[in-house]
Amino acid sequence: MTKDDRLDAILAAHAGREGALLPILHDLQAEFGCVPADCYQPIADALRLSRAEVSGVVSFYHDFRDAPAGKHVIKLCRAEACQSMGGAEMIARLERALGMKIGETKGDVTLEAVYCLGLCACAPAAMVGDRLVGRASSERIEALVAEVSA
Amino acid sequence: MKVWVPCDAAAVACGADEVAAAIASAAGLRGEEVEIIRNGTRGMIWLEPLVEVERDGVRHGFGPMTPEDVPALFEAGDHPKALGPVEDIPFFAKQTRLTFARCGRTDPLSLADYEAGEGWRGLRRALDLGAEKTVEEVTTSGLRGRGGAGFPTGIKWKTVAGAEDAQKYIVCNADEGDSGSFADRMLMEGDPFCLIEGMAIAGLAVGATKGFIYIRSEYPHAIRTMVAAINAAQSAGIIGDSLMGQGPAFDLEVRVGAGAYICGEETSLLNSLEGKRGMVRAKPPLPALEGAFGKPTVVNNVLSLAAVPWIMTHGGAAYAEFGLGRSRGTIPIQIAGNVKQGGLFETAFGMTLGTLINEIGGGTASGRPFKAVQVGGPLGAYHGPDDFDLRVCYEAFADQGGLVGHAGFVVHDESADMLALARYAMEFCAIESCGKCTPCRIGAVRGMETLDRVAAGDREAIELLHELCEVMEKGSLCAMGGFTPYPVRSAIRLFPQEFSRIEEAAE
Repeated sequence: MTKDDRLDAILAAHAGREGALLPILHDLQAEFGCVPADCYQPIADALRLSRAEVSGVVSFYHDFRDAPAGKHVIKLCRAEACQSMGGAEMIARLERALGMKIGETKGDVTLEAVYCLGLCACAPAAMVGDRLVGRASSERIEALVAEVSA
Repeated sequence: MKVWVPCDAAAVACGADEVAAAIASAAGLRGEEVEIIRNGTRGMIWLEPLVEVERDGVRHGFGPMTPEDVPALFEAGDHPKALGPVEDIPFFAKQTRLTFARCGRTDPLSLADYEAGEGWRGLRRALDLGAEKTVEEVTTSGLRGRGGAGFPTGIKWKTVAGAEDAQKYIVCNADEGDSGSFADRMLMEGDPFCLIEGMAIAGLAVGATKGFIYIRSEYPHAIRTMVAAINAAQSAGIIGDSLMGQGPAFDLEVRVGAGAYICGEETSLLNSLEGKRGMVRAKPPLPALEGAFGKPTVVNNVLSLAAVPWIMTHGGAAYAEFGLGRSRGTIPIQIAGNVKQGGLFETAFGMTLGTLINEIGGGTASGRPFKAVQVGGPLGAYHGPDDFDLRVCYEAFADQGGLVGHAGFVVHDESADMLALARYAMEFCAIESCGKCTPCRIGAVRGMETLDRVAAGDREAIELLHELCEVMEKGSLCAMGGFTPYPVRSAIRLFPQEFSRIEEAAE
């Protein structure tokens, strides 16, 4: 299937749905790893919106990317409950150990902030790929990163 | 042997899947027949993974378990992680679990378990009573919005019921973004049919045929469980073309957020649901009259809707017997952060803050002295030991310049840097502001800058910060900008020395 076919299939799957734009954007990101800018116009046409409206929605939400992330996305919680258990220090140690900052991609690895995973009673919390980590430490996350990128 | 290992995200984050695998393989090696049930969590998160083993018809707890602790489960003698009968653990025994009655006891996706635990009784009674009497029952219960605003649920339902329109909606706000809050997640992962039943009753009561559950994308486990539960309820004919085959149509759909905290604000959520930027709407019009897609809409939090099946089963008056003042019923308190016994504790309104932190929570996890607790998420105030007599209810916290919010309590020990936390409050607001109103959009950024000046020893900055907070509180369109000053000002009030220490050093 070409890229256009894949886009058309996603648009067709949501045809006629109420408030279809977010579900479409989620599906696109699952398919392409991001929401490619050249999809804005076809989406706009399918939903009878302007290209600017689609672009505005994509840019509003933190989840939607304009370029794919690294193969392994590591999300580190910055919120208060995790801070109370040394989360900020953990993030700083991990940044030093991996030689990268939050918001950066290095090789296969993307480091991101997240604001609460709902794991506040087993803080600090993180997510390595699909895997949730409670009572996290920089050593444990480093080990998991090494494991997934091996 | 019958064994329960929670499938809740917090349990999994602490290694529950590995423990479950270890139990299966140990059983295989020994040739023992073991039934492993993946239940929801009991909410005693500090004990997770909390494994339960049935002995003489009583479920005994073991935790926190590691795979290494598994072989001893099969051996005679005392297990090092044995906790005794799980429902006798004081943290559990002291609760009044109405909304969370089933959570942790059952397999979340088993319709048989749900039915056996009073499931669908509330919906059946609502079908018998009819719409009007159902709204009355919820009004009698005194239930108020558990998302934070505390608006009476019965009145909201009555408004929507009275609105004339061919299409109405029930929207469940499951965009639980407050740090320290995880009750919505726990309920959706541990007892999803309860939310479905609550929404079906709401639909019946107000004449809505369609419901949306808007879940934040940070909750992949909850999303999977809710989708599976909706499919199961549809296949069983409970929801769909006709409620339980005798009532009106009511169907449900899960919608996934996209990482915007502001979408927990109801009008912003509605815009997001409609496929727009999650910008806050000015009120009026009330969502009850012009909500999702311009139609009359009930927007309720997960916990408000999940309280409804119990209310309809046992009666509004029975629910209203619990509580304090105008805060009726139970509140699922989430105690988290730097606390020894973190988890979910459902209790009638009225427990004191000190009891909650010292007795229920067991003090700080670090063992260092307690410093402050932030109540109600990133927009909630900090409270110190002087507030330990404060009772958990909407009015008492509002009187102290704070809020109960979604009842998340985040404990900090003495190492907490209050200036850094105040700055974080402003930073979070700057990151998550929808940008519609100036006091929030610009104020949060100026707030960060001003706190940096305070940190650098600028004497005039504190006064300026107070003025800025005043503008944000009074001039913002919603609680995001309006309440961000709460943590900032309470931190300054409680710990003034931390906002002038650099100044002293500079002199």
